[in-house]
Amino acid sequence: MNWISNYVRPKINSLFSRREVPENLWTKCPECGTMLFHRELADNLNVCTSCDHHMAISPRERFRALFDGGIFTEVKVPDALVDPLHFRDQKKYPERLKAAQKATGEKDAMLVAEGEMQRTPIVAVAQDFSFMAGSMGMYVGNAMIAAAQRAVALKRPLVLFSAAGGARMQEGILSLMQMPRTTVAVQMLKEARLPYVVVLTHPTTGGVTASYAMLGDVQIAEPNALICFAGPRVIEQTIREKLPEGFQRAEYLLDHGMLDRVAHRKKMKDELVTILRMLTGQSPAIKGDLPPPDPEPAAVVPA
Amino acid sequence: MNYLEFEKPLAEIEGKAEELRAMARGNAAMDVTKEAEALDRKAETLLRDLYKDLTPWRKCQIARHPDRPHCRDYIEALFSEFTPLAGDRNFAEDHAVMGGLARFNDTPVMVIGHEKGHDTKTRIERNFGMARPEGYRKAIRLMDMADRFRLPVVTLVDTPGAYPGKGAEERGQAEAIARSTQKCLEIGVPLISIIIGEGGSGGAVAFATANRIAMLEHSVYSVISPEGCASILWKDAEKMREAAEALRLTAQDLQKLGVIDRIIKEPLGGAQRGRKETIEAVGKALEVMLKDLSSRKPETLVKDRRQKFLDMGSKGLAA
Repeated sequence: MNWISNYVRPKINSLFSRREVPENLWTKCPECGTMLFHRELADNLNVCTSCDHHMAISPRERFRALFDGGIFTEVKVPDALVDPLHFRDQKKYPERLKAAQKATGEKDAMLVAEGEMQRTPIVAVAQDFSFMAGSMGMYVGNAMIAAAQRAVALKRPLVLFSAAGGARMQEGILSLMQMPRTTVAVQMLKEARLPYVVVLTHPTTGGVTASYAMLGDVQIAEPNALICFAGPRVIEQTIREKLPEGFQRAEYLLDHGMLDRVAHRKKMKDELVTILRMLTGQSPAIKGDLPPPDPEPAAVVPA
Repeated sequence: MNYLEFEKPLAEIEGKAEELRAMARGNAAMDVTKEAEALDRKAETLLRDLYKDLTPWRKCQIARHPDRPHCRDYIEALFSEFTPLAGDRNFAEDHAVMGGLARFNDTPVMVIGHEKGHDTKTRIERNFGMARPEGYRKAIRLMDMADRFRLPVVTLVDTPGAYPGKGAEERGQAEAIARSTQKCLEIGVPLISIIIGEGGSGGAVAFATANRIAMLEHSVYSVISPEGCASILWKDAEKMREAAEALRLTAQDLQKLGVIDRIIKEPLGGAQRGRKETIEAVGKALEVMLKDLSSRKPETLVKDRRQKFLDMGSKGLAA
């Protein structure tokens, strides 16, 4: 024992001890491999600062960036029946559901909120890819309907941020029935003459693309997002040939007339505000990150 | 007669009976009536046994049976003056989707359905009943026309799913399906859908978002094929039996879940063994459903159809 082991080492250990370093301080960009510091990445809305690759972002983080002062009110979504089919593959469906709820802290794969975006009142709904691949089950259907009904009640536009692997197989036919159900939600907006803008994010596929995510008045996508009905692997197996570069990516769809625009995540808010204010006959907005609206709404969820 | 895998023992017995009769035809002195009849009885008992408690996977196989009546057969037998109307007015005519004006019991209707084809040549021509965006866009056009001229729409669903191909994706398969479902929800005329074989996912929903949905007894309707589900959730496409079980894709389960309104009984041994009876049964069911809806106002039809789908899923299977 000497002063080095007694004094210096514990101090060095406390400085560099592994357990004090949160494990996910750094994220590796899956596109260019750059190591990105978490705070820097979050400030950039999960877009790689080096190659502009758009990574997944949770509905809550997205809403915090979208709404003035990061303030929004969650819209309540009616509960859905849990495991209506008593579905079991290698695991029971309720177990998978619980694991996803624990991992994300959310009830299911969709979050609905109302608030102001550069003083433009909207209702927004966002899908959570980290929750069972954002898959569309009854809860997601209920969320889309609740969002549309809230938008109609408040006479506000609805903005959807989609992200999904498709229908939730564990809900079988009832997940498939969310295609017509969510289409009814879109019709409610259409009849009320309220704008419905869809922002397609990576990836949006299957039954989600083939229903509410393709029925927007304006269709915008984030760069390089995979947007399709059948995934590239399924198609390659069917036609047994290599698919062209960029197939089913946002820019490819834009070229094929399937989208109105492709917009960077950091410019999305301005883009949405500009479009929505024109569609609803409002004066041009004051651009920039605005503080929360005044007076503060009573029931706010703090950011 | 094409036999399914699980019908092999039946094929043996029926084969023997047929052999005996063929021998007797060649030899006038030989009387095999008794033996052949005994075999027939044995075959019938076995058939009854096989079809008594069909597993969901067996139902999938029956639903895909090549000898089942297809869309074309129903249109030929049940409708008169069928006048096919072709094309989506944008890109092409999709032969996987049949559609046109026809009379059902003298009443003009619009009939639309997936056609799988009955031999190699027609199967390829019909793309095995897998529609491309043009098929859905043609259906939208026809539904729209039916709405304007106040004609009821009848859809016959029989598809493995929408076609997963490069061109189909480039021309907006997802958008075409979404718009077709939307059109189904908009039209102010009765919309009746009958699932006659396979109701394959979004490709089926695009036609089956109807006021009344009927299914043949051994048809299936599912969010994904059992093979596809098995390869994703079990990581093994060979687990299709388990997947078929879990997906609850039979007409019987779907009725319990409140997704469909009516089951149309098939003859013993499935529609493939009694094509004529099956087609007649479908005709009768269609007549009842059409009659039930014919006097309803356009607004009521739209409202009820929407509510039907909004309410769907409020009831699960009993524990």
